[in-house]
This record gives sequence, C-alpha cells and structure tokens, in this order.
Amino acid sequence: MFQNIGEMVILLWRSLLSLPLAWRQRRKVADQFFEIGNASLLMVCILSFFIGGVIALQTGPVLVERGLASAVGGVVGISICKELAPVMMSILIAGRIGSAMAAEIGSMRVYQEIDALRTMNINPVHYLVLPRLTAIAVALPLLVVFSILVGWLGGAVVSMANDRIDVAFPTFFTNLRDIVQIKDVANGVFKSFIFAWIIGVVSCHQGLVTIGGPRGIGRSVTKAVVNSIVLIVTADYILTRVLLQ
Amino acid sequence: MNTPSHNQSGVSVQVRGLRKSFGRLEVLKGLDFDVQPGEVFVLMGPSGSGKSVLLKHIIGLEIPDEGEILINGESIQSPDVMDKYRMAMVFQSGALLSSLTVGENVGLYLSEHRLAPPADIERTVAEKLEVVGLKGTAGKMPSELSGGMKKRVAIARALITEPQLILYDEPTSELDPVSAVTIAEEILKLHQRTGVTSLVVSHDRELAFGVADRLAVMYDGRLLAVGAPEAIRASEDPIVRDFLNAGLNRKRPAA
Repeated sequence: MFQNIGEMVILLWRSLLSLPLAWRQRRKVADQFFEIGNASLLMVCILSFFIGGVIALQTGPVLVERGLASAVGGVVGISICKELAPVMMSILIAGRIGSAMAAEIGSMRVYQEIDALRTMNINPVHYLVLPRLTAIAVALPLLVVFSILVGWLGGAVVSMANDRIDVAFPTFFTNLRDIVQIKDVANGVFKSFIFAWIIGVVSCHQGLVTIGGPRGIGRSVTKAVVNSIVLIVTADYILTRVLLQ
Repeated sequence: MNTPSHNQSGVSVQVRGLRKSFGRLEVLKGLDFDVQPGEVFVLMGPSGSGKSVLLKHIIGLEIPDEGEILINGESIQSPDVMDKYRMAMVFQSGALLSSLTVGENVGLYLSEHRLAPPADIERTVAEKLEVVGLKGTAGKMPSELSGGMKKRVAIARALITEPQLILYDEPTSELDPVSAVTIAEEILKLHQRTGVTSLVVSHDRELAFGVADRLAVMYDGRLLAVGAPEAIRASEDPIVRDFLNAGLNRKRPAA
C-alpha cells in the first residue's frame, strides 16, 4: 500500500513538473476533454436532477411542517453545491472515466505499447498521463457547475410539484439566492478540482502498473475505481474540515 | 534529441556480467558478450532462456541487478545515452499503438519530437511504408492488418528513427514461411543499406543462420556458445546440438 502511495505521489509530482508541456499536447487534451464531457453530460444531468429532487423530497415536508417552507430552497441549494454535486459527480466520473483511463493505459502496458513509446524516447507521463490529467482537471469542475445548476432545478421542480412541499419556483430560488453564496459554489468546485486530480493520478497509476493479461487489466480497473472513491470520500472530509475554518 | 541524419553508422554493444532476477527466479546469470558495430548478431535459445529480458536490458527498459551494458562504451543507464544514440526495437507483437493509424504509428517518433513539419512527416512515412512493401496503408488501423503486416509496420516505425542499433524480438514468430522470408529480407536490406548494428532474438533456425554474421545460443540465463554460424553448427555442446537438430521422429514420437 505504501509503495502504491509513494508511486502515486511521484507520478503526481512528475505530472505537475510536466504541466508546461500541456500546450504541446493540446490535441490529446481536447480529445480527452471531449471524451469526458461527451460521455458524461447526459448521466450528469439525470443524476443531478434526481439528486436535487430527492433532497427536496427528504427535507421539504419536514421543513414545511415546522413552518420553514421558505428555507427549502436554501437547504437544497447548499447541500447540492457544497457536498452532493462535487462528491456524486466525482464518484460518477471515477466509475466512468477513471475506469476507462486505467483500462486504456493498462492494456497499452500489457501489450508493450508503453515499452514501444519508451524505446522511441517518448515519456509515457508526457504522452499518456499529462493529457488525461489536464482534461479531467478542467472537465470535472465544469461538470460540477453544470450539475449544481441542474440539481437546483430538480429541487425546484419537485418542491413545486409535490403537494406536501408546494413551494413556488420564484420562492425557491429567492430563498436559495439569500442563503447560497458564491463562495459556497466555489467551495464545491474547488473540491471537485482536487477530486479530479485524485481520479486522474490513481487511474493512470493503476494503468501504468498493470501486469498480466486481460485479468490484470480488469484488476487494475477495479482498483482504480475503488481506490479513487475511497480517496475522494477521505479527501472530502479533510477538505470540508479545512474549508469550514 | 538528435535529429535523424542520413550519415549513420552502427554502434557497438558490450554486455558485462549481466544478472537479473525477478523475485527468486534468476533469469540472467552473468552474461558477457560483445556485438561489433554494423554486425548482425543473432541470439537463439529455447523459450524461457532469458533472450527477451536481455533485449529489454539492452534498450534500457529493464535495470540489471548486476553488471552493465555499454553502447559505444557508454552505460545504457547514463541519462543522455538515449538522446545520443538512435536505438529502436521491433517487438514480438509489433506493439503498434492501437488507437493510432498505421501512418501515425510510423511517424510518431518524428511528430512527438517535432523533428519535421507534418507534410514532411507524411512524405517520410509513405517512403518507409513503401520500403517495407506496405504502400498505401497509412490510413489503416493496426487492427485491420495481418500479423506479418503489423511486424512490417513495426519495422517501418523503427526505420524512421534511422537507428544505429536495432533490436528484433522474435521477428518471424507466428508468421507463415513466406512472410517470415520477407521479414528476414527486410532485416538484411536494412542492414546492407544503413550499416545498422542488428541484434535479433529468434528460435527460427532458418532465419538465424540466414541473416547472422555471428550467433549466440542462450540456455537458462547463460550463453552456451558464441561465434560464426559455421562454428555454432560445429559446436560439441549437447544442448546446442539438441537445439539445432531438434526434429520430430514420426515413428517414435515419445522418444
């Protein structure tokens, strides 16, 4: 475990050092960016809309019973932007994109494509890891912004449509605007930026250390997703603790 | 990074006391041999004798536990040796990047190191593909090619670096006899045209004796014999003789 952590820290460090080369790899960054956005946007919409709806359903009736109907927008708004959108979207991206990264790099490792790059004096970190990390570090925060907006919309629709809540659209958003501040949204987006690096580094590392045949690739994919989720949730606690101060 | 030049010459390779273990399994047990500049040196031996591991050490993909490999007298582990000398390897599987087209694979070295503008790269790729008899395949994906064609693309990819040392790992394995002869001819043509030092790992006896200036037979991580093809044929070592004369006895298959 400690060896893995050490290797991931080294990979992160090498990737950070190679960031100035990202512009040279812009075509690959754009391809990866399109892959992440295109593959995930519809899922992000569906997931976020229903997460917003569920939060409204869970909290709305309780607040309304206590005469706090005007607080529904604020509660839904702040839960989504500070916690649910960054964490849920990061878990979704870990499953969808992290697994793809680990599988693609892992199969390149197993079928000696990475060795072939090295014999051509092409650094696999620059060629494979850097474009993926750069793309996910930009794409995930943008998806989270999108998720926050759709989540709020879902919460507002359910609050209006559900008889036990019955909070009108304008009331919901007026209350949301009173409670949610720009820094709350920034807080969630910043978290997702950190989670993006976690997913990228963990998945690329798992790909690069893949051994064996198809079974080895499968093992790497599973480890990439599970380790990413564990680290996301752990980092979420630490970041929340730090950002609360 | 050196720009490929047409004025190239083969490099020498010296292997000194090379040892490598994976866990408890010792794969290379103290190898010593030299490959002269511009020589075609063939390493033969049964499967699992450590030939491919040795090649990976020579191109710097593996780090030895003991011993060293010198390219023109400089350790392969020196940070600038890969920049100083142009080396290429043709992998057993071809190891073409499956997400790139044939043309992108062949031109990868030039495009990634920005050694030529895209139009020149395209022209050079077409030339190299023509050299290996694959004119017009630049737009295809590796998955559309046969095993023999993939190996020829891998040779074209190696050619584009204008290498001073080229390593071939089982270049004729899994190929039909006609494709195997084509690959052997490519190895010889490249050697005659450029004077590149070639190190070929194979257990194809026909290929080995057909292309080699010198041969070595490897067994269980050690070199049993090194010399000219005639000297290897005349070897008295029982393992070498068994390896070179292996054949099926139809009347007594279990003998």
